[in-house]
Amino acid sequence: MLSPQQIVDKDFLEHRHMLIEIAAYLDRFDAAVERVGDPVERPHGLYLIDQALKKLREPASKNGRAFDLLELFAS
Amino acid sequence: MQIIQPHYHAIARTAQDYERMAMSGVVAVAEPAFWAGFDRRYPETFIDYFRQISEFEPTRAAQYGIRHFCWVAVNPKEAENPQLTQTVLEHMPEFLNHPNCLGVGETGLHKSTPNECNALEAHVEIAMKHDQLVLIHTPHLADKAHGTRRVLEILAGLNVIPERIWIDHVEEHTIGPCLDAGYWVGCTLYPITKCSPRRAVDMVEKYGRERILINSSADWGPSDPFTLQECVLEFRRRGHSLQEAVELFHNNPCRFLGQNPKFDIQPISIQPLSEGISSDSLITPSFAG
Repeated sequence: MLSPQQIVDKDFLEHRHMLIEIAAYLDRFDAAVERVGDPVERPHGLYLIDQALKKLREPASKNGRAFDLLELFAS
Repeated sequence: MQIIQPHYHAIARTAQDYERMAMSGVVAVAEPAFWAGFDRRYPETFIDYFRQISEFEPTRAAQYGIRHFCWVAVNPKEAENPQLTQTVLEHMPEFLNHPNCLGVGETGLHKSTPNECNALEAHVEIAMKHDQLVLIHTPHLADKAHGTRRVLEILAGLNVIPERIWIDHVEEHTIGPCLDAGYWVGCTLYPITKCSPRRAVDMVEKYGRERILINSSADWGPSDPFTLQECVLEFRRRGHSLQEAVELFHNNPCRFLGQNPKFDIQPISIQPLSEGISSDSLITPSFAG
């Protein structure tokens, strides 16, 4: 089993990459809105991403963050 | 679709990569000199390396119908050894005259140390003196923003022709100033540590395709030459026409690299053969639905 520091070090770059991809995804949506106009309703998928990002800032539940996000995406 | 891989470290890849690239439309690769994963101690090691990429590697690529071009330089990491750098620089002009050598690269910065900055200046000055193109590496990850600013500062102090200089590995926070200063830029597609195919297409959509080169680099580390084809697919899936894809992935490399007459591959155009066929049906992607 890895130590807390080893866990961060081993996969930091991969998770940095995933976060930048999410940022670019949101930028892509904003650029499309700027190009063709705002959709009447905010797309559900984007709402779920917003909620997921908020959940990640909160303390983990007893089930863990991955469990909580899977529940969220199933809603 | 015919595409060009403008930054590719072939000596670190297998013949199978050449074969698969040929099967997926790659007609030419350009191989800059780079870091071998350890610091070389002898100028002669560089000379042999330059021979490998200028003489031997084209024969390997030719077996798969791929044209191979190269660049020569001391990479930024090894530029920390000024004596080695100076000796290699003295030998570089003989390789610049080689029939498939396109210019000086990849020079650039890694940690932006004084030795690296001096070496970058010396490389650019040699390139300008010999009327060569220049390929400039910008640093990785947390060092990129600062290093790219230093590259631009150094170039601003030299007598350069911006359209003959390609600043590589740009990302969202560095592409703007490089384009604004008149240079070509490269988006390098790495699985994790540089740009992704999606983000490269985002930048093309934001800034336009003028003076942008997309490449995979593909070296001995975690990298994949077929991220370039992934990027072509991403570009097409967003509704860009086949001709637009050809402009970005084939013709832009021709436009930049073709400033050196040794690179003789010409831009191409996709046209329907029959007047009765709508060109839209040939060039409009139909991925949706």
